[in-house]
Amino acid sequence: MTAEFGLAALWLAAALAVLQAAAAALGLARAREDVAAVTRPAAVAQGALACLAMAALVAAFANSDMSVRVVAENSHSAKPMLYKLAGAWGNHEGSMLLWVAILGAAGTAVALFERRLDPRTLAATVGAQGLIAVGFYAFLLFSSNPFDRLVPAPREGLGLNPLLQDPGLAFHPPTLYAGYVGLSVAFSFAVGALVTGRVDRAFARAMRPWVLGAWVLLTLGITAGSYWAYYELGWGGWWFWDPVENASLMPWLAATALLHSVTVLAVRDGLRAWTVMLAVVAFSMSMLGTFLVRSGILTSVHAFAVDPARGSFILALLLLYVGGALALFALRIGTVRAGTTFDPVSREAGLVANNLLLSVILGVVLIGTLYPVGAAAFGVQLSVGPPFFDRAAGPVALLLVAVLAVGPLLRWRRDEAGAVLGRLAAPIAAASLTAAGLFAFNGFGLSLLPFLGLSAAAGLAVASVLPLTGRRLARVPLMTWGMAVSHLGVAVALAGMACDAAFTRETLVAAQVGQPARVGPWSVTLDGIAPRIGDNWSAVEARLTAVRGEGTPLTLRPQQRFFSDPVTTTSESAIATRLDGQLYTVLGRPDGQGRWQLRLWWKPFVTLIWAGGVLIALGGALSLAGRALRDRRARAAA
Amino acid sequence: MRRGLAWAPLAAFVLLAAVAGWALFRPAGTEVRSEMVGRAVPAFDLPAMVPGKPGLSTAALKGRPYLLNIFASWCVPCVAEAPKLVRLRAMGVPVMGVAVRDTPDAVADFLRRNGDGYAAVGGDRASRVQLALGSSGVPETFVVGADGRILLQHIGDVRDDDVEALAAAVRDAR
Amino acid sequence: MRGKARRRAAAISLLMAAFSLSAARGGASSSATTGGWGAASPASTEAPGGGGVPSASADTSDPAAPGRTEAFPVAVEASGGGSADAAALADVPLRDSVREAAARALMETLRCLVCQGQSIADSDADMARDMRALVRGQVDRGEEPAAVRDWLIQRYGAYVTYDPPLSAATLPLWLAPLALLALGAWVARASFRRRPHGGRGG
Repeated sequence: MTAEFGLAALWLAAALAVLQAAAAALGLARAREDVAAVTRPAAVAQGALACLAMAALVAAFANSDMSVRVVAENSHSAKPMLYKLAGAWGNHEGSMLLWVAILGAAGTAVALFERRLDPRTLAATVGAQGLIAVGFYAFLLFSSNPFDRLVPAPREGLGLNPLLQDPGLAFHPPTLYAGYVGLSVAFSFAVGALVTGRVDRAFARAMRPWVLGAWVLLTLGITAGSYWAYYELGWGGWWFWDPVENASLMPWLAATALLHSVTVLAVRDGLRAWTVMLAVVAFSMSMLGTFLVRSGILTSVHAFAVDPARGSFILALLLLYVGGALALFALRIGTVRAGTTFDPVSREAGLVANNLLLSVILGVVLIGTLYPVGAAAFGVQLSVGPPFFDRAAGPVALLLVAVLAVGPLLRWRRDEAGAVLGRLAAPIAAASLTAAGLFAFNGFGLSLLPFLGLSAAAGLAVASVLPLTGRRLARVPLMTWGMAVSHLGVAVALAGMACDAAFTRETLVAAQVGQPARVGPWSVTLDGIAPRIGDNWSAVEARLTAVRGEGTPLTLRPQQRFFSDPVTTTSESAIATRLDGQLYTVLGRPDGQGRWQLRLWWKPFVTLIWAGGVLIALGGALSLAGRALRDRRARAAA
Repeated sequence: MRRGLAWAPLAAFVLLAAVAGWALFRPAGTEVRSEMVGRAVPAFDLPAMVPGKPGLSTAALKGRPYLLNIFASWCVPCVAEAPKLVRLRAMGVPVMGVAVRDTPDAVADFLRRNGDGYAAVGGDRASRVQLALGSSGVPETFVVGADGRILLQHIGDVRDDDVEALAAAVRDAR
Repeated sequence: MRGKARRRAAAISLLMAAFSLSAARGGASSSATTGGWGAASPASTEAPGGGGVPSASADTSDPAAPGRTEAFPVAVEASGGGSADAAALADVPLRDSVREAAARALMETLRCLVCQGQSIADSDADMARDMRALVRGQVDRGEEPAAVRDWLIQRYGAYVTYDPPLSAATLPLWLAPLALLALGAWVARASFRRRPHGGRGG
């Protein structure tokens, strides 16, 4: 019954989405305010119903209702409850439903809480949101129905892929989707503004909090995904430039550029075309990502297994929405008056450089990800992976870090290069000292990129806190704190990445019980192998003792885990986190002579990568809170 | 914003969508083809895997065309393929087998159960020959000419329709 | 564009050109990547070519290959104990740590042919294991990693490497960063205005 209820809610929501879009279109075309006024209530109801449908699916998973096809294909009654629930979005149909639910909820939020836009633009925005929803509802209802029944119902499900049976699944997809789909609001804002021709400071101020919110969630989602892959996949890497990973990075790059661009529009009424274009590009990248992950045109460990028919549906949606928005842009941008122009040495210039470099990285990642597909069209089979992306995007990213360091220290409107250099004395000193120190300790032993990265990180760290110096910290606005914390987060993450690349030590050993192996400053001994039983798995577990110098010995227990539903073997790594790094251990195969293969890594400061990611998101949240507080005070004063 | 420039993003997107659309519908060519077709078969000398059957040596094989079949006892489609190889043998086509990552007992058992179409079977326990041939999976069959050049690569198991084609390829290679 | 901005643009272009070219040329060398950056590998040497390795057993030349000596002995099986040796060799680090680092760096850039997008360093597949054994074995014999990579490309095409070799087909790919930067800078010009006092630049 729950499934039917969910399906009914979904159909109703779809109908409301049509109403939402139609009311806006008609109301605007015929200048009928009463018709346009239907848009907002429709949006609220649509969002609520979509969330109800999602709740119905989650309930079906919670009850292990095997008569629902997706439950039977992806769940098992023996699974722990957390994974039953999270399994609701661990499959294609469920995750599409999550997408649509968040899309609806975002529309509801805009309809309920957006006060700054003029009524016409608001109607156009909410209408656009509804229009996007219609396409995805159609996709769900006609080709990926999550509530399909299986008759007769099987007694037991096929189980969830063991790699997904992890707390990461509970956190990563919802956060990531909230980010992706949150960017749809920016897209709708842009479309709305293009329709009514109102691309101005009010538009920017209205759009900014939505972009910021989506961006914070997207940052957290990507950080969580990276950490999850790091400890789950068992090879100690945190980013592989895998097509699905790139699919999540591209919207983030666009959203970061958009975030900064919208500030320029809000403060200085410039960069109108860039801002609108970035708003369109950001959500387009989200949709492109969904297409890439589900169409099967790119091979990836993370991809959903879907057939090309569904892929073509999403491609059609892409053509409709992205093509439509870009065509609208080309047609209407001429009516938008050109914004103010900037002095070459100014904060605006820094923000333009920021936009530019982020867009270049976005372009490089996009081209690199799709190049194998394009080449195949000409009969050339090739692979593009980390060696390309690191070398192509790395230097541009370093340039961006330099801009990040200088930007906040530049004055608005016009600044003097000499004065800026003066302000940069401390960061430059920090970077040079770090570089000198690295060189002193390692000579030419370090690769160029990590060397530059670490030095740049030091410079950026100092530069990011400079705006806070010389002021009463309690009186510094939250927005400034937000900027400082976010930029500091970038420096921290960069430092972590560079340390991981430069200082990781790996040891592969066929270990005998009692014989120590060295990895970095650690000595790791295999004490023994024992069997273990879990909820729905059995495992072979190694007990390792690790000790560093005169410190207390640690115990680590990596496993080789065997699942029966479906039949899979996974490697569960055992990680010990210290203040200055992580000891990462993986158990391999026995060699038939009483020895077990162990893969050991000592990764100094690797946790800084994700700590940095969290800081970046935190900075964004602080900014968001700062603005909300300021608005509330302004409204109270008025 | 210049007129032409405003249309550039749309143009770029349409190009991207065209590539994506093409990719969706292209024939499922997910196999990796060997680049060695047209080149000399890499020299190798493999020990015998099955008692009573010789090992494989390219030096000894030179002078007549043959089929080189990469297989393994743990490979499922190879079971279906075995009778087709027996047919080819009956047609007079020399079929040489390379057993990858396998053991003599398993191979002997496989041949006993599924049929033995091989004139000789060599053991490639470390996949060296498979790698040298540019083969990326099992089963695969190569047509090697009398001069030692690889003429054709057939990926996947040999089906009924393929038997004639492969036999003809070997005949024409004389 | 006024003096200062022009100079800045020129400096950035030169920097990017230098990186692009060294990146593309460096495609032959073993720049390791552990999840996103170059690892601490020994300064890579430009390989003068992989020949001259004393082969352990018979038959090493490929007469059809244009002017190349296929220096990898494939007849290792002569001893018969292939599998145990190979399995052992696959995951036992080489005694020479410089060679081991070079081998590992190479393995991270080679694609597992039977996996869903993994390097042979990270894959559990049997074929990946044998490819690791091949890489370690050849590097241990003194082969340059670039030569091992080329040997595999000769057999599987550019698909087997995650580092696309510079060629007519991959030129657009490697030039993309520079091209995009130039394009973006040109578009961004419209956002700037000249300074009222000409040429002061600052």
